Amino acid sequence: MLSNGHPHAAWAHCSFGLLCLLQVFFKEANVKQIDVPTLTGAFGILPAHVPTLQVLRPGVVTVFNDDGSSTKYFVSSGSVTVNADSSVQLLAEEAVPLDSLDLAAAKANLEKAQSELGGISDEAARAGVLISIEANEAIVKALE
Amino acid sequence: MFARTNNCMTFLTIVFFFFFLSPVTIRLKSIKNIQKITKSMKMVAAAKYSRAERSLKPARVYGTGAMALYEKAEIKAPEDKNKHLIIGVSSDRGLCGAIHSSVSKAIKSEIAKLSGAGKEVMIVNVGDKLRGLLYRTHGKHILINCKEVGRKPPTFTDASVIATELLDSGYEFDQGSIVYNRFRSVISYKTDAKPLFSLDTVASSENMGIYDDIDADVLRNYQEFALVNIIYFGLKESTTSEQSARMTAMDSASKNASEMIDKLTLTFNRTRQAVITKELIEIISGAAAL
Repeated sequence: MLSNGHPHAAWAHCSFGLLCLLQVFFKEANVKQIDVPTLTGAFGILPAHVPTLQVLRPGVVTVFNDDGSSTKYFVSSGSVTVNADSSVQLLAEEAVPLDSLDLAAAKANLEKAQSELGGISDEAARAGVLISIEANEAIVKALE
Repeated sequence: MFARTNNCMTFLTIVFFFFFLSPVTIRLKSIKNIQKITKSMKMVAAAKYSRAERSLKPARVYGTGAMALYEKAEIKAPEDKNKHLIIGVSSDRGLCGAIHSSVSKAIKSEIAKLSGAGKEVMIVNVGDKLRGLLYRTHGKHILINCKEVGRKPPTFTDASVIATELLDSGYEFDQGSIVYNRFRSVISYKTDAKPLFSLDTVASSENMGIYDDIDADVLRNYQEFALVNIIYFGLKESTTSEQSARMTAMDSASKNASEMIDKLTLTFNRTRQAVITKELIEIISGAAAL
């Protein structure tokens, strides 16, 4: 795979798979660019991106199709793999199209989680509430 | 008075007939009950199977996606590593054909091979039936047992519980495999094994160098997530295979029961007619003697 001497310009698309546990959104689809939110920051993946492995944080994944249109999904967590042959696998634990999320419900959940944070001292429970806050904040930010 | 005596006599004769036939009647009744049970089990298994197969489709794509990294980077464990792990996936319930025994057979032959080469092997049992099959002969290899598997469809949470137990157990395995029943079609499944790699094996594999910007933390998170994915994939495939196998097993059990019922009904009727004929002959010859 690495030694076949293909010039990088020959790759015009990424072969992209966006998979969550309950649904397959994309499978070996040819797309131009994918923006992903990771633990080390958000970055965009273009064809011939250097191979890497990243872990996702709650946030928005934007997929730019060949015809220029883009679709957004919200992912809860998971991993993304970019291989040397420009194939990208985005394995999300949960992924939903952005327009199926409700801003008011997200804000309400965020406030509830923030108020819960004050009353918990147990480490593990605190971590759970912090995760919930982070996820809800990301949803709110994405929808606004 | 004669009429009443007559009725009494007829009643007693009929009771006498059934007493005489009772072994056949009892057998017939019990087989009919069993047939009802196997028929209903088959329908329940059919319903669970169609649900499992529907959720298997995305799970399969997900599982192959999770393992794509290991295949594309051609990660192989070095030959001299000693600690192996086998995760065997079955369930708690029986009456599903050869599901549990095929997984147990595959695990036993794998242990024999690895022990022969001097490696240390530990097993994780997912499902009580597998524990029952393995603990007598290979009890000292068992690391973790999981119960309450197979009643409800497996979820990602179940897989992550298993993975957490495994990682918390402190057994530092170098490589391993998950043995499960891969679903091929309604009437066929195949026992298969997929490889698992530990953090060290992946990190030190030669092709990993091409992957940019990876620090130990990211790799550990990625590995743990991939482990849960593979376990989830094995669970889903196994459940689908098990339900389809139970469906076929109960179907053939119902058919066998029907055959037995037909044969027994014939015997019952023949015996009944023979007894009546005998009684009639006795009555007639008795009347003739008068």
